[in-house]
Amino acid sequence: MLSYTLKRLLQAIPTMLIVITISFFLMRIAPGGPFDGERALPPEIEANLMAAYHLDEPLPMQYLRYMGNLLQGDFGPSFKYKDFSVTELIMQGFPVSLEIGGLAILLALLLGLPLGVIAALKRNSTIDYLVMGTALAGIAIPNFVIAPILALVFGVLLAWLPAGGWNGGALPNLVLPVAALSIQQVAYIARMMRASMIEVLGSHYIRTARAKGLAESQVIWRHALRPALLPVTSYLGPAVAGIITGSVVIEQIFGIPGIGRYFVQGALNRDYTLVMGTVVFYGALIVLMNLLVDLIYSALDPQIRHDD
Amino acid sequence: MTQNRTPLAGAIALASALLASPVAAQTLDMGVTGELASFDTSQVAGGIWESQVLMDVYEGLVKKSPDGEVLPGMATSWDVSDDGRTYTFHLREDAAWSDGEPVTAEDFVFGWQHLLDPQNASKYAYMLYPVVGAEAVNTGEKSLDALGVASLDDGRTFQVELTAPTPYFIQLLTHYTAYPAPKHAIEEYGKDWVKLDNIVTNGAFTPEEWISQSRITVSRNPEYYDADEVALDEVNYYTVEDRNAGVSRFRSGELDIMREYSSSMYGMLQEELPDATHMAPYLGSYYYVFNHREDHPTADPKVRKALSLVVRRKVLSEQIMGGTFLPSRSFVPEGIHHYDVQKMPQEGDMDERMERARQLLAEAGHGPDNPLNLRLRYNTNDEHKKIAVALAAMWRPLGVEIEMINSEATVHYQTIAEGDFDIARAGWIADYNDAENFLSLLHSGVGNNYGAYSNAEFDDLTDQAARTLDADERETLLEQAEQTALNDYAVLPLLYYVSRNLVNPAITGWEDNVEDDHPSRWISFEQ
Amino acid sequence: MTTDPLSYDGDRHATADDLGPDAAPAAGESLTRDAWRRLKQNRAAMVSLVMLIVITLTCLFGPYVLPWGLSEVDWNAFTASPSLEGGHFLGTDANGRDLLTRTLYGGRVSLSVALVASLVSLVIGVLYGAISGYLGGRVDNVMMRFVDIMYSLPFMFLVILLMVVFGRNILLIYAAIGAVEWLDMARIVRGQTLALKQREFIEAAHALGVRDSRIVTRHLIPNAIGPVIVYVTLTVPKVILLESFLSFLGLGVQEPLTSWGVLISEGTDMMQSAPWMLLVPSVFLAATLFCLNFLGDGLRDALDPKTR
Repeated sequence: MLSYTLKRLLQAIPTMLIVITISFFLMRIAPGGPFDGERALPPEIEANLMAAYHLDEPLPMQYLRYMGNLLQGDFGPSFKYKDFSVTELIMQGFPVSLEIGGLAILLALLLGLPLGVIAALKRNSTIDYLVMGTALAGIAIPNFVIAPILALVFGVLLAWLPAGGWNGGALPNLVLPVAALSIQQVAYIARMMRASMIEVLGSHYIRTARAKGLAESQVIWRHALRPALLPVTSYLGPAVAGIITGSVVIEQIFGIPGIGRYFVQGALNRDYTLVMGTVVFYGALIVLMNLLVDLIYSALDPQIRHDD
Repeated sequence: MTQNRTPLAGAIALASALLASPVAAQTLDMGVTGELASFDTSQVAGGIWESQVLMDVYEGLVKKSPDGEVLPGMATSWDVSDDGRTYTFHLREDAAWSDGEPVTAEDFVFGWQHLLDPQNASKYAYMLYPVVGAEAVNTGEKSLDALGVASLDDGRTFQVELTAPTPYFIQLLTHYTAYPAPKHAIEEYGKDWVKLDNIVTNGAFTPEEWISQSRITVSRNPEYYDADEVALDEVNYYTVEDRNAGVSRFRSGELDIMREYSSSMYGMLQEELPDATHMAPYLGSYYYVFNHREDHPTADPKVRKALSLVVRRKVLSEQIMGGTFLPSRSFVPEGIHHYDVQKMPQEGDMDERMERARQLLAEAGHGPDNPLNLRLRYNTNDEHKKIAVALAAMWRPLGVEIEMINSEATVHYQTIAEGDFDIARAGWIADYNDAENFLSLLHSGVGNNYGAYSNAEFDDLTDQAARTLDADERETLLEQAEQTALNDYAVLPLLYYVSRNLVNPAITGWEDNVEDDHPSRWISFEQ
Repeated sequence: MTTDPLSYDGDRHATADDLGPDAAPAAGESLTRDAWRRLKQNRAAMVSLVMLIVITLTCLFGPYVLPWGLSEVDWNAFTASPSLEGGHFLGTDANGRDLLTRTLYGGRVSLSVALVASLVSLVIGVLYGAISGYLGGRVDNVMMRFVDIMYSLPFMFLVILLMVVFGRNILLIYAAIGAVEWLDMARIVRGQTLALKQREFIEAAHALGVRDSRIVTRHLIPNAIGPVIVYVTLTVPKVILLESFLSFLGLGVQEPLTSWGVLISEGTDMMQSAPWMLLVPSVFLAATLFCLNFLGDGLRDALDPKTR
């Protein structure tokens, strides 16, 4: 298990290299630069700026310089947020993104799994249709529609919860963004859990277990649940990716100081270092999540052993 | 005023406030549309939201009154030499930084040098180019000492030499590029002086906390000379980038002031929050640039005139923008000091204008056989999109086909600076209250003259105005210059900006003004 | 970006067992007929299929029937609410353009983006997966390692970077999304192929000296078609949502073209003053996504031999 983990981590190095290189050059060939804006700069000032950020060097030089700094853990200064380095921005924003993202995943699992199991057990009943119908609504409505509606209804009209803001992560400020972020994942997880539960319940060994006269609750708890969880486990990786994407929208709408917005803002403003910082950071995060998911998976599935 | 987040939290806050002190602390929660780039004014990117924070924490030689008039600030008075090129400012005795150190002329000398230092690569350094030696210092040709500023009388007097009489110089001093910088702090901490532990400021407030992308908190500066007059104890500036969210958070009471709302919400807000919804004329011009470069159909004045004739500005203002822009037939917006805006003539009714436009296009060689296809660029934004779509529809009856291309601001401005367009959206918000700030955009060879408009007569008039000391004479020259540009259909003026703010009716000390400047030092809550 | 749950067990579990003992390979014809018969019994799926055909036909031919053009402005009706008298059955937008007309034109764009992107991912994914699975051994190893690396890329970010680099080009939206979506497809097809190629009929073809390329295209791919069809019906709604996400970020199609995503994103701004601008395109989008999901479920049930 340990050697497997190490091997996977080693394999992550070329992956990260590819990610960094592609994003670096894509960003640099994009038209427009970090200093192009509503007001044209006098050439001498633009020259000062280019020199200050080493943008006047040839591109390969800039690439090497960036990689060199990166090896020392230095993401460079942000072009837009001058009083912070990219590292500081990510370190300040990530705990926030992690909090709402983690809560959203947790909520999605806590709601999605039981709903899926219930729907599977009551297959084709009213409950099943109700659960799955609601779940579909979560899949069919974009979250940038759901979020402002939640803010309007619960923040303004009913005035139960703040319509936005972070307020140091106070509970009332968490509710709406976490709900908006998890709705889609609840729906996916419930649907998937239902499907895999139905499949497991129809398999030979469950039929055998029933034939042996085991109580239904025991059949479900002891024998059906664990194999049914497997596909859901492997979905966790994509779920994290989905949450990260969703956070771009949710953080903007609710004014949450996470890092979700940095990428899009940075890409549109050509804040090269900020874009690269978020890409490297998220790339590493996704690699780690995939590894983690595989480890959980093998822990659940006795047929898989990573002994090599 | 502490806001009631939830009824329960509000009750607790209220109870503890009552127990703690007889007078509740006054906190202003303000939503701004973007994040400040830096507390170092040389590093600021030029967003309108940035000047709000900066004018609260710093004070220049002059400051603004609630209605936008210029008042003495760090300088109590000033003298201007007869040739209009030397300004001598007498600084106030009790001016101090937030650590108690006095504000001296040295801080202004240092601050202006800091701004122009090529190593600091300041985006807005050119604002101080009227000062002797400024451009040479900024390009690195001369050392910082060559800048025409001096500290006299042991730092109680600040003297500035200008390259030419600059009648708007005092107006220009309201811009944050003219603020002082704390020499002692920067010498002590170097680049780290802006970190919150080290920073000192000389304004009514001083920075306390900064959570990136969420909130900046500033508190009353006890060293400020007028600290007793400042009602607010704290101001929170919340970064609110989503336009729906700003309105929702204002309506739920989380924000006392929201410094912008979307034009599409104006009608709804007027109905639901009539006392809180502010809209006022603003020194900003929304216009389309015509490309005057060769090979572009818009280089032909007949084409430009034809396109201008059929624009229905009232429709744009009232129907498309719901009244949140005002129709404009001038390039310089109304409300500029010492200036009467020049307007394009309004010729006949719509049918006549349409007829005339068709004729002009025919004369220019465009018709059914040679249809006019134009490329229109705008930067990605819902309001810009609506206006572009409406104009394309207004021009379609002339047989003009418009290809619309939107891109993010960086690409938009780079592309139009390179000349790859026929018509392009642009806008200009005044940096300071003077017609020159607008008219200089049409001078030959200027970077912001995206359409490469060039008319010797116009250049001559504005150059002459720059050398003229007499205010009335200068006004006439500038007005003639604008008239010349309008006669050429140099650009297509469309709308004047308006300022849009949501302001809690319990606030006093807020007055709508054409520069949309609202220093928090004047603001208080009715008790 | 989310990966659909239902596809997720493809790579790890696809063993010969998956096709069931009675998946007669030679009986491709009767398999389809069989599946079609079972699909017809699934009422939800059939209703969905009919709805989808209706929506598609309406988007294709509706604009010819309606009196308004795509960018035709009614100068007397800006932001007009739905009414029969004014001739704008579902209201107009802020520019006085007929909303129903624009929604139908927008549907053409959204549906074609989804269809083309899914087809691109289908072609790449199926060929890649089939080749990898069929050749097996070291080639398979390398090819799948590449897929693993691709999985670790923060893909949503790459799509945004591509949009930023190349502008808002509709062809690019097709290509970028398609290029993102083929990974799952490749894994599924590889799994199927691995399972199939040990079967007698493939070995027989081998023994008869049939060329590899022919075996892959004539035998392997047609027999893996079931899960692939299911997967496509699940990819289409994902792509539609992805397109709406890009539109929300301001990276959608250029005027005067529009899409459901663009219309919905415009509508959220007018949520309170002109709710129809949000409702009309949202209903079209949600209905389409609902139907695609039901149809996908139905197809999976119909094509899965175990539910027989």
